[in-house]
Amino acid sequence: MKRSLYAAVHFGAACIVGVGFIGCSSSEEPAESITAEPASLAVNAADRTAALDAFDVVYEVLQHPRCMNCHPAGDRPLQFDNSEHHIMNVQRGDDDAGRPGMRCVTCHGSDNLDAPHLPPGVSTVWKMAPREMVFEGLSKRELSEMLLDPARSHMTTDEMIEHVTHDALVLWGWDPGPGRTPVDVPHEDFVDAFTRWVEAGAPVPGEDTP
Amino acid sequence: MISLRINGEVHDLHDVDPRTPLLWVLRDTLGMTGTRYGCGMAQCGACTVHINGEAARSCVKPVGDLNDADITTIEGLSEDGNHPLQQAWKKHDVPQCGYCQAGQIMNAAALLNSIPNPTDDDIDAGMGGNICRCGTYQRIRAAIHDAAKGEVDA
Repeated sequence: MKRSLYAAVHFGAACIVGVGFIGCSSSEEPAESITAEPASLAVNAADRTAALDAFDVVYEVLQHPRCMNCHPAGDRPLQFDNSEHHIMNVQRGDDDAGRPGMRCVTCHGSDNLDAPHLPPGVSTVWKMAPREMVFEGLSKRELSEMLLDPARSHMTTDEMIEHVTHDALVLWGWDPGPGRTPVDVPHEDFVDAFTRWVEAGAPVPGEDTP
Repeated sequence: MISLRINGEVHDLHDVDPRTPLLWVLRDTLGMTGTRYGCGMAQCGACTVHINGEAARSCVKPVGDLNDADITTIEGLSEDGNHPLQQAWKKHDVPQCGYCQAGQIMNAAALLNSIPNPTDDDIDAGMGGNICRCGTYQRIRAAIHDAAKGEVDA
């Protein structure tokens, strides 16, 4: 039983990493027929597990209200730690920076203000993420697939690492001003996890992963 | 020193903390009291001015950020109060207590700058941050439509 499970795990890993196997249909070759495990497969399986563990950290950060509130499902930004709809009927607009008359810059400035309940600010332009770059309501698998789809993420994985490392709007999540909970995971741990996930081939969590 | 360009005129400010919100400089330093203080936290819209053509809540805009900005206040919206919105406001008797109306008109002007003929949905979205304690919203909407169409004769 233990051997069968071991073989099945490596069968799945081979399907995903695409090495050392011909075909991925279980009908072509029973798992029990594997008698010798290539060392590379064991390493890849371990790498994949580590990468998925790293993605758990990425997921936790991207689901935090400081990140998700500007990556909502739909055209209304969210606010507060409970991610409710932004007051004042604020909407995305054509350029993700508000609709005419109610632009993000109408209230949000170049820095946080020094008292609670005042609109936060950032040194670059305050705006929502593109409509396709949604974080809200996505499972780990769905979120990883979105990140890896350039039509939705609008970035390569290298650009994503640059984005999460240096973008002022991202960094704001760790310095959101008074009255807002910063992202719990330290920024350097988040960047490290994101980088490890990418460098391991950015595996997508399985469908059964919540 | 901070230099503000307001309604086309440059004002050099000495001894003003750059963190001071524009609203306080307008009212207390420069004596331009047409712009109203409502909430002080960008939640009511009474203090709305234009910064580089966009509606902006002057109560949360530090003057240190505005050195190169073009600022327009209600005093500079028109030469003699004849902006189409101001005329439409009179036509519809929009103000009740009047406290929010300078902000309402400035916000509506920013809206019309971008959308010359707005729909009700455009107005609701663009004016959603301007609170009127008298509830004149229907008249505000009607006046914006009339100003957009040039139908401002009383």
